Amino acid sequence: MKFSEKEVELLELLQDDCRLTAEQIAKMIDQSVEETENMMKKLEEQRIIVDYTAQVNWGKVEGHEGVKAMIDVKVQPKRGVGFDDIAKRIYRFNEVKSVYLMSGAYDLSVIIEGKSMSAIAQFVSEKLSTLDSVLSTTTHFILKKYKHDGTIFEQDDEDKRIVVSP
Amino acid sequence: MIEPSHYLSNTVKNLKPSGIRKFFDLASSMEGVISLGVGEPDFVTPWNVREASILSLEQGYTSYTANAGLLELRNEISHYLKGKTNITYSAKEEILVTVGASQALDIALRSIVNPGDEVIVIEPSFVAYSSLVSLAGGVPVSVQTNGEMEFKLQPSDLEKAITEKTKAIILCSPSNPTGTVLNKDDLEKIARIIEKHDLLVISDEIYAELTYDETYTSFVSIKGMAERTILVSGFSKGFAMTGWRLGYVAAQQEFLSAMLKIHQYAMMCAPTMAQYAAIEAIKHGKEDVMHMKKSYRQRRNLFVNALNEMGLSCHVPGGAFYAFPSIQKTNLTSEEFAEQLLMEEKVAVVPGSVFGESGEGYIRCSYASSLDQLQEALRRMQRFMQKKC
Repeated sequence: MKFSEKEVELLELLQDDCRLTAEQIAKMIDQSVEETENMMKKLEEQRIIVDYTAQVNWGKVEGHEGVKAMIDVKVQPKRGVGFDDIAKRIYRFNEVKSVYLMSGAYDLSVIIEGKSMSAIAQFVSEKLSTLDSVLSTTTHFILKKYKHDGTIFEQDDEDKRIVVSP
Repeated sequence: MIEPSHYLSNTVKNLKPSGIRKFFDLASSMEGVISLGVGEPDFVTPWNVREASILSLEQGYTSYTANAGLLELRNEISHYLKGKTNITYSAKEEILVTVGASQALDIALRSIVNPGDEVIVIEPSFVAYSSLVSLAGGVPVSVQTNGEMEFKLQPSDLEKAITEKTKAIILCSPSNPTGTVLNKDDLEKIARIIEKHDLLVISDEIYAELTYDETYTSFVSIKGMAERTILVSGFSKGFAMTGWRLGYVAAQQEFLSAMLKIHQYAMMCAPTMAQYAAIEAIKHGKEDVMHMKKSYRQRRNLFVNALNEMGLSCHVPGGAFYAFPSIQKTNLTSEEFAEQLLMEEKVAVVPGSVFGESGEGYIRCSYASSLDQLQEALRRMQRFMQKKC
């Protein structure tokens, strides 16, 4: 699908800060509020804008830190549906946060979230590796998140400029 | 006990202190101030550029470079200028790397001004121009522009200011403090006068990367002007590298070698680690510059729109990151406005009067601040306007 320059600009702005209102965006990209609202609605309907969510640093929320693991999954693709069928079987689990088809040594990269390491171990051994097409899994636990989706978690946002300058 | 003032040079004694200083002192002493008084990008220099400089330090590049700067950097600048202006400046003979565009302005003026020569400064103007002319032994002559003409230099006003003693004029487009951009048409009209009166031009194009509505035209690209223009620019604004102090000057060989003479005695060379950073910036910084430019334009649109809505009427500035709205509605002087806004609402702006006579009745607001800060500043300014009008 092709999109106009303004549509792309709107997408970039929302990706950066989804709290921006249609009024604010309208001014920033120099078009009417109505046009902007319609644009947003259209992009939502087309599932170009898929969701408006906040980046949460759960690592700092006591009792809710959770455990995340990245699992390399080798699978046997099926005739006619390739990897899509098995990907769908995997991403439907609530524990699964992301699924990507990869080039290289394994096929699917699956990110799962659980309350504890044992919960993840249980999921992998009971749900994931027992799926018919799954040939093997390698589980990597995530120890610390530094940057996620372009956001640095421990950012130093202080404005270091002097207050008034020529 | 000696009386130091007896020993100071008359030129320095007669220099006006910058009007910005006073606001700086006042604003820095207060807590919770949102500053729209900052004349620099809010972006930190992109990491690849900082990393290139760190690498140069690790490798031990801590000695002087050639007086004119690293040849590799001059080659890159030459290539870059060819793309922007279509003029080929020889990296070896026509480009000099300086300590910020400020030093470039200083040596440009010192290389051409004889005692008593007049240099025309277009006001409202960057605060340093007049003083640098005086320091070079020249006489600054100001030409005023006005808000109704979006602070564009009117050729007839320029012509009126020219005398037998006029040597050069300093142009700055996009302009600090007004954000005004002179387009090709405007520049051609000015060029005709320059040619007619056989003048030189110092063209300060430090904000050239930051033009939002039309493609940028450099003064040197106007027919016949390259040979009479000393082009001053640098990395500070477009590449978000203010603290690195790295600028450059490009001009035909004889002007350049005159400037090089001053530079080699007064400065030796620009900082080596900053030059390595600049090579990375100019080679691989294009995308970052585009990204920053887009973000400034969005903020400009939002900010200028809101200023006009609250009664601070403001032309749409085509470049830089300043809005220069009129405060006429409040019946306050620029200085009163800025002082009261700071004391009552803790928003720092710069009174237009510090940029020259025709800046009176206006304030300079920099929109190079985060969106959150801008919106909070706008809320406070709106409250202030409701109180004052």
